Amino acid sequence: MIRFVIRRVLLALPTLLAMLTVVFLLARVVPGDPAQVVLGDQATPEALAALRDRLGLDRPLSAQYIDFLGGVLQGDFGTSLTTGRSVVTEVAAVLPYTIDLTLSALFVGVLFGMPLGILAAVRRNAWPDYATRVLSLVGLSFPAFVSGILMLLAFAIQLQWFPVIGAAALDDPAGRIHALVLPALNLGLIMTAYVTRVTRSSMLGVLNADFMRTARAKGVSRRALVWRHALPNALIPVVTVVGLYLGTLIGNSVLTEIVFSRPGLGKLILNAISMRDYTLLQGIMVIFAACVIVANTLTDLVYGLIDPRVKY
Amino acid sequence: MTQVPPSPSHGPVLAIRGLRTEFRSGRNWYPAVRGLDLTLNRNETLAVVGESGSGKSVTALSILRLLPEGGARIAAGNIELDGKDLLTLSERDMDRVRGDRIGMVFQEPMTALNPTMRIGDQVEEALRIHRGLDRAAARREALALLEEVKLPSAAQRMHEYPHQFSGGMRQRVVIAMALACRPQVLLADEPTTALDVTIQAQVLSLLDELKRTYGMSMMIITHNLGVVALIADRVAVMYAGQVVEEAPVRSLFAMPRHPYTEALLRATPRVDEDAGTLAPIPGQVPSIRAMPPGCAYAPRCPLRRPPCETEVPPLQADGDRLLRCWVRNNERIAA
Ligand SMILES: Nc1ncnc2c1ncn2[C@@H]1O[C@H](COP(=O)(O)OP(=O)(O)OP(=O)(O)O)[C@@H](O)[C@H]1O
Ligand SMILES: [Mg+2]
Repeated sequence: MIRFVIRRVLLALPTLLAMLTVVFLLARVVPGDPAQVVLGDQATPEALAALRDRLGLDRPLSAQYIDFLGGVLQGDFGTSLTTGRSVVTEVAAVLPYTIDLTLSALFVGVLFGMPLGILAAVRRNAWPDYATRVLSLVGLSFPAFVSGILMLLAFAIQLQWFPVIGAAALDDPAGRIHALVLPALNLGLIMTAYVTRVTRSSMLGVLNADFMRTARAKGVSRRALVWRHALPNALIPVVTVVGLYLGTLIGNSVLTEIVFSRPGLGKLILNAISMRDYTLLQGIMVIFAACVIVANTLTDLVYGLIDPRVKY
Repeated sequence: MTQVPPSPSHGPVLAIRGLRTEFRSGRNWYPAVRGLDLTLNRNETLAVVGESGSGKSVTALSILRLLPEGGARIAAGNIELDGKDLLTLSERDMDRVRGDRIGMVFQEPMTALNPTMRIGDQVEEALRIHRGLDRAAARREALALLEEVKLPSAAQRMHEYPHQFSGGMRQRVVIAMALACRPQVLLADEPTTALDVTIQAQVLSLLDELKRTYGMSMMIITHNLGVVALIADRVAVMYAGQVVEEAPVRSLFAMPRHPYTEALLRATPRVDEDAGTLAPIPGQVPSIRAMPPGCAYAPRCPLRRPPCETEVPPLQADGDRLLRCWVRNNERIAA
């Protein structure tokens, strides 16, 4: 088990390196002069030269690359061009909000999606199946910002159950959870729809498997068939897909963060783009990609736990 | 709860009468088993043979009521276990029959076991359900069963998962599962087809041995006549969802009467003949959606006469056997 974890983490290292390289190159292949892009058309030649110097743009690409990797290794992603604070500080200030949102959306998705998916599969082609299929279709096709705005109108403005600004200070746990409810439900709605679908189809496949008939031939009751025999097998693909989706979920949190005026990576990216803060953008990209890699590695670990065919 | 009465010592343990099992295609139902009569006596091994698609598996699944839901139905007939019709039981009472009084071994050992459950747990399950054993007792019993089916180092291997087992070993596990509660009847649907030849013989002799020690009745489905000759007492030849000939194994091999049985025997390799004399049966089993109006075998039959193609021949007694053939039955009457 420990060896499996170590091997899986080691396997993630080349991916990380490749990702760092891509991020580095992306920032360098911007057509024209990056300093010009950052400062805009009105910039004076002196300002441009100063910025080039500060970013090390005059030095050869290989030297810049080594600097960049060395910095990343020491946890140094440079300083934000607009705020002057280190990129790490900027990201660390908002990352907990995004993690809160992502994990709670995931939780909501699994909490509602799995039972609905199981129900739909077990009652295939009966009304519970049709109902969940329609609901998940709505969940997947409804734009997150529309549902977010509707939720805000109903629960924050009309009923005033929740704050309109979807965040509270990090050292106020109760307020933090209270402010999280609407955004988490909004993002979790999509996740629920998604998990429902995956669970349903995975479960349907398993219910028709040969070994289910063997179990019935032993006299296993309906209930035990579903819970003891079908579910553990059906969970294997669900975990994979949910894990893969976790990465995308971090990206999807952007819209929700904006609608609910929550701080988070989403808003930070938006600011970085509009201010052309390219060191900040580069740092956020690295952290985003690292999150996705961590999520995938965790998925593989969980996968190994529930599927005996995966060797440690 | 419906209690099935204790077995009387005489009469068949399992009697199928007029069984008709249909599958749905679009809005119509088509019979895969058409008025099947079959009995299994105590301590007997009955072989059911016939080409692919003749309805052997559907018959076995009908007995345990394991047909796919929605697309299949038993439209007529009854299936009596010790005189009690299984078709009238509630699903809950049927669960008490499955795995306890009737065990089943399936054709595909590679997919018949649950990949996420340990072998031991899968064997224990029936014991815990039907015998109400606790964990420790069920574990001991499961270990004894796995040793009985000659699983090497069973004590360790019962903690492993199916993917760690070969096909032959998995089939032994499936057999242990089916026998866990000492069923009166064992249904074995091509238990050796998926295994390689040397393993086939081992698994067959194991089944035969266990059947004798437990005093079970066994219905073994196969299209391998070598298997039949080896372990069966009686043979039922099925064609297009019906029994066309049924006889004690010796008489059947010595003198097949139905032209289909003859063709089947000619198409089977035997140890004492070389492969050159093999004659595959021309044509194929009719689809359940296109049954000929008369004798289902008539389109392929060399003895075909006018009535064969219009009227279904009845299953008639003929000495020690049952036979469904216009031509052969008339020969006998004429003689
Ligand atoms: N689930 C199903 N849906 C529709 N038709 C089916 C289904 N299962 C079986 N049939 C049909 O019923 C007929 C008998 O099938 P069955 O599986 O009993 O044949 P078999 O004698 O067991 O053949 P094999 O030797 O290939 O196992 C076939 O024509 C088959 O197409
Ligand atoms: Mg079959």
